[in-house]
Amino acid sequence: MSADAERGQQQRTVRCLIAKVGLDGHDRGAHVIARAFRDAGFEVVYSGLHRAPEEIVQAAVQEDVDVLGISILSGAHNTLVPKIIDGLKEYDAFEDTLILVGGIVPDEDRPKLKEMGVSEVFGPGTPMKETIEFVRNNAPRRD
Amino acid sequence: MSHAEDRGETRTDELVSDLLDGKHRALARAITKIENRSPGYRELVSRLHAHTGDADVIGITGSPGAGKSTLVDKLAKAYREEGLTVGVIAVDPSSPYTGGAVLGDRIRMASNVGDMDVFFRSMSARGQLGGLSTATSDAVKALDAFGKDKILVETVGAGQNEVDVVRTADTVTVLVQPGSGDDVQMLKAGILEIGDVFVVNKADMDGVNRTVAELEEMIHLRDNPGATLDSGHRGAGHHGVDAGLPDDVSGHGGADGSANGERGHGDGADGDGESDGADSAEWEPAVVETVATSGDGVDELVETLAAHADYLAESGMREEKARSRYAEEIRQLLRNDANALLKEELDRRGGAESLAEAVAARETDPYAVADEVFEPLRDCVESKREGE
Repeated sequence: MSADAERGQQQRTVRCLIAKVGLDGHDRGAHVIARAFRDAGFEVVYSGLHRAPEEIVQAAVQEDVDVLGISILSGAHNTLVPKIIDGLKEYDAFEDTLILVGGIVPDEDRPKLKEMGVSEVFGPGTPMKETIEFVRNNAPRRD
Repeated sequence: MSHAEDRGETRTDELVSDLLDGKHRALARAITKIENRSPGYRELVSRLHAHTGDADVIGITGSPGAGKSTLVDKLAKAYREEGLTVGVIAVDPSSPYTGGAVLGDRIRMASNVGDMDVFFRSMSARGQLGGLSTATSDAVKALDAFGKDKILVETVGAGQNEVDVVRTADTVTVLVQPGSGDDVQMLKAGILEIGDVFVVNKADMDGVNRTVAELEEMIHLRDNPGATLDSGHRGAGHHGVDAGLPDDVSGHGGADGSANGERGHGDGADGDGESDGADSAEWEPAVVETVATSGDGVDELVETLAAHADYLAESGMREEKARSRYAEEIRQLLRNDANALLKEELDRRGGAESLAEAVAARETDPYAVADEVFEPLRDCVESKREGE
């Protein structure tokens, strides 16, 4: 019997998009997160490096992800994140997507990101378990 | 009917009409519903069915790293340049341990950035072993109903027997890398039997001529009347497809149909050696060389795929394939339903694990347990039947 059948007909899996946006070329962190999410049983779409905000929006909409994790190490979060959020709104995808930002974000920028609709910002050294728990507890439930 | 069901129905109505109106979000949401087997997904797929049948479905399979995603990207671009709309479903494996997956095919879709008329969806195989997920063919229907002209289905990196794509695609494209001479030998009994079109990708590498020659030889062997006309060859084909369907508990009619169909084109072809099979009664699989990263050979591949589509239309094979696909789908749905019912019954009796304990303690055996669990279902069906 297939694993499918064993789990019954309905199967809800958390889908995530791990997105590298802008010019920074460091994706080791994104790889580690992708791998950890996979091991947590999530389905992870990885965007690849150097994506434009529109590409991230296109991917998030088409892949219908529950969670969008944006990794930015370049410091350009204040320009890139709003573009992504506006794009999601344009496709009615903002309301039910959990938006996370990972990377180097100064403390003073965090409130502004959260005001825009980012649920949480995870800086360097955040234990993986904490991030996974956060996703489990906050991924939007829909049917 | 409860309020919840009421709401569910309205939501399905809305989803179907939004999808048919061309809203991307609705298409994405519909595929999620299909993938999750969410409540109401059956109703959704049933409603979409009437709007399907117009798209060309092209399957792309081949070993991991052969360049499937890159080629899909270039094909999508070529179709967009012709003014056609494209849907892509790319399947990647899921972890047998956690069910999780990293879906990396999207990374290669560089040529169609920002073009929403290429709808690209990554799917996890969700534990299925045939190279596609159970939901793939339903997701193809959603793209078809949405109005996509061409739908590209990229399988999990395939080994020998990931041949499910035969049952989803009108045209099966098998990618082979040069220098995989030994692999070619090894693959012969499996996925090389299902190709309508063979692509030797990375044709700028050494060994391409040899690989092309080997593939052509294999195709010609298929066409050798002495070796192929009778049951021997068909038998082999049948076996190949069968072996790919480990959980296929019912009759194999559907798979047979398509397997024999595949063999059918090869059998009796008069060996004209041309890749253009559109004019002849039989389709001889074509071999095309490409370099997906640069786009070389993609135009030729597009032409070959078009020739195969023409062949399918003119020979009536398109309808025949569709019929055998639907027959297989009916069987598959029934298997799933029966499995779900069995699971319920099994859970009611404490689940397979607890029953296994008694088996391990030699108190009973698996056959006796299976009989016991299955008996009420069988009795129920039998008494229903008598009542008819």
